[in-house]
Amino acid sequence: MSKILIRGAKVLGGEAQDVLIDGETIEAVGSGLSAEGAQVIEAEGQVLLPGLVDLHTHLREPGREDSETVLTGTKAAARGGWTAVHAMANTFPVADTAGVVEQVWRLGRESGYCDVQPIGAVTVGLEGKKLAELGAMHDSAAGVKVFSDDGKCVDDAVMMRRALEYVKAFDGVVAQHAQEPRLTEGAQMNEGVVSAELGLGGWPAVAEESIIARDVLLAEHVGSRVHICHLSTAGSVEIVRWAKSRGIDVTAEVTPHHLLLTDELVRSYNPVYKVNPPLRTEKDVMALREALADGTIDIVATDHAPHPHEDKDCEWAAAAMGMVGLETALSVVQQTMVETGLLDWAGVAERMSVNPAKIGRLDGHGRPVSAGEPANLTLVDPAYRGAVDPAGFASRSRNTPYEGRELPGRVTHTFLRGRATVIDGKLT
Amino acid sequence: MMRHLISAADLSRDDAVLILDTAEEMARVADRPIKKLPALRGRTVVNLFFEDSTRTRISFEAAEKRLSADVINFAAKGSSVSKGESLKDTAQTLEAMGVDAVVIRHGASGAPYRLATSGWIDAAVINAGDGTHQHPTQALLDAFTMRRRLVGRDAGLGKDLAGKRITIVGDILHGRVARSNVDLLHTLGAEVTLVAPPTLLPVGVETWPCEVSYDLDSTLPKSDAVMMLRVQRERMNAAFFPTEREYARRYGLDGDRMAKMPEHAIVMHPGPMVRGMEITADVADSDRCTAIEQVANGVHTRMAVLYLLLGGNEPAVAHARPEESK
Repeated sequence: MSKILIRGAKVLGGEAQDVLIDGETIEAVGSGLSAEGAQVIEAEGQVLLPGLVDLHTHLREPGREDSETVLTGTKAAARGGWTAVHAMANTFPVADTAGVVEQVWRLGRESGYCDVQPIGAVTVGLEGKKLAELGAMHDSAAGVKVFSDDGKCVDDAVMMRRALEYVKAFDGVVAQHAQEPRLTEGAQMNEGVVSAELGLGGWPAVAEESIIARDVLLAEHVGSRVHICHLSTAGSVEIVRWAKSRGIDVTAEVTPHHLLLTDELVRSYNPVYKVNPPLRTEKDVMALREALADGTIDIVATDHAPHPHEDKDCEWAAAAMGMVGLETALSVVQQTMVETGLLDWAGVAERMSVNPAKIGRLDGHGRPVSAGEPANLTLVDPAYRGAVDPAGFASRSRNTPYEGRELPGRVTHTFLRGRATVIDGKLT
Repeated sequence: MMRHLISAADLSRDDAVLILDTAEEMARVADRPIKKLPALRGRTVVNLFFEDSTRTRISFEAAEKRLSADVINFAAKGSSVSKGESLKDTAQTLEAMGVDAVVIRHGASGAPYRLATSGWIDAAVINAGDGTHQHPTQALLDAFTMRRRLVGRDAGLGKDLAGKRITIVGDILHGRVARSNVDLLHTLGAEVTLVAPPTLLPVGVETWPCEVSYDLDSTLPKSDAVMMLRVQRERMNAAFFPTEREYARRYGLDGDRMAKMPEHAIVMHPGPMVRGMEITADVADSDRCTAIEQVANGVHTRMAVLYLLLGGNEPAVAHARPEESK
């Protein structure tokens, strides 16, 4: 493999430095580096981050290849600056056996655009009734460490307790989709002033918060770690903050859309804003940003949820829940966290690369940008301004809430173990 | 005048008064030996009903026929819709057949708004009830009834409902009638009080332009009109209230309670009534109850809406309207 010299990039937003990649690893970081015959990338003004790691991606394959495949999803990931994604288990068939997780893992290896780490279902068929063969999924080639029934809540307290305990044997973690099912029957949007006016079934904050409260207490009781998917309310932040102050081993994620959008957008009845958990209020958005800044929330995860056009081009109640996010996540984080002064780029690297890799126990990702480390890198031009155009997405689906919205920043290059997957914003 | 009627909240005071005044003109037509106007001759209106509602559908149909429109009734049950055809495809199919207006009843809140704003079709859209969102022609016919009874048939022309005290009782949470009425009555200057058990009020109701009370008895003496909303018996199975009898005791309108209302005050009900639940038979059948009158007024009001939305800027019938409503 040839050498690549990235010249003058602000490493983690700091001083401009040169980074030399040799083969799959970073050979040197410093100033005035030169290398005979190396491909040179002039990166003045750009920010160099460790390759982003998504702990929450729906790649839809197997089963819903009409909305996304492992190949199209990983292309979208590369364009968004991700070098690893965790593929959620709610496929058809559900990723609840070693066979299915190995299939997804193999498809990821074949795609080559980013690493795909399958997540295994906690219960068979995501039905909450019978524990899936978590050990078999862990022992498979896919080496599953994260388990989740995402899309559905492990609402049975005993089932949740057992899962939390069981995965300790192989350092696994349960990622909970916190949604009390009875409180959210018929729920269509955040319950509050807007739902009252629109006549859409309310999705109360307490449906999320009550499950998180229960699960942090369960984790404490059995001495397990627990990860909370897509935190969306100010109350959830308070509970996680309290749990961490007690020393409970809890981690939490927030999606880019919950850092930016509010339920006011639902007034359009445009299902592009329909998502689970629902968009909340301005107060929640501000609390989530603050929690991400102070470390109460550990990571940003996309919850990239592709859906075909017809599943959104309809009345609200009939529409599918979810938004694509891989190709806009970093821009949203730049706007909501960096440009507001809440986080610097080193903080972004921690929350979008280092911490998610740690939670997922994913080797080779989320590493420092220094000599000897794997060359998983993302180069961002933070000065870029442009309106989001879904027609340019690599994802097979277009269900973005940001169409036409101006967002800052653009991923110019992504490197996966030294190989450029994106050059000048284009897939290789 | 607007192109669509989606929500009562979209109507300005002047829009609403114009509709009510036009409805009075339409009412005069109903007194003639031949109850028909040529206003919509050659125009086609489809009644697109995804939910069963015989009363509302018949009311619209009568209004459309009295305006000489060609009427197509489309009930989604048993049609291609029940086989998975989307709202978009259904609407585009109908428009391709030359429909000028779509009167839509749909179980999903916001479906008429989507139909009017998504670029799927060009026809005018009239909301005939969507989910638990809005039912604007119901609010208009209720306001029409109130204005007639509380202000006067002729004296009311050009006027709103300023200062009138309206109490709405029952299932506010699942009720599109209550939402529409709060919006329109507020626009028309009335003072609205909602009365319901706390379980049947939406979270967020505190921001609505109205008062909220859990106590019917203390509200009745301060009411010019009391509107009783239907409460479905099945609600008690989801623990919204313990039993039918307890609901009736606390929130039902019987003869004793009606006696607490001022003498001039009326009892309203959008129908269908659940006698013995929210209203007793003697109240329902009393002179003070306007339920039947509301049905008649529904046809006049829907005629006015169709006429105004489908391009009738001239007076519908040959007599001048009061100056201020022009």
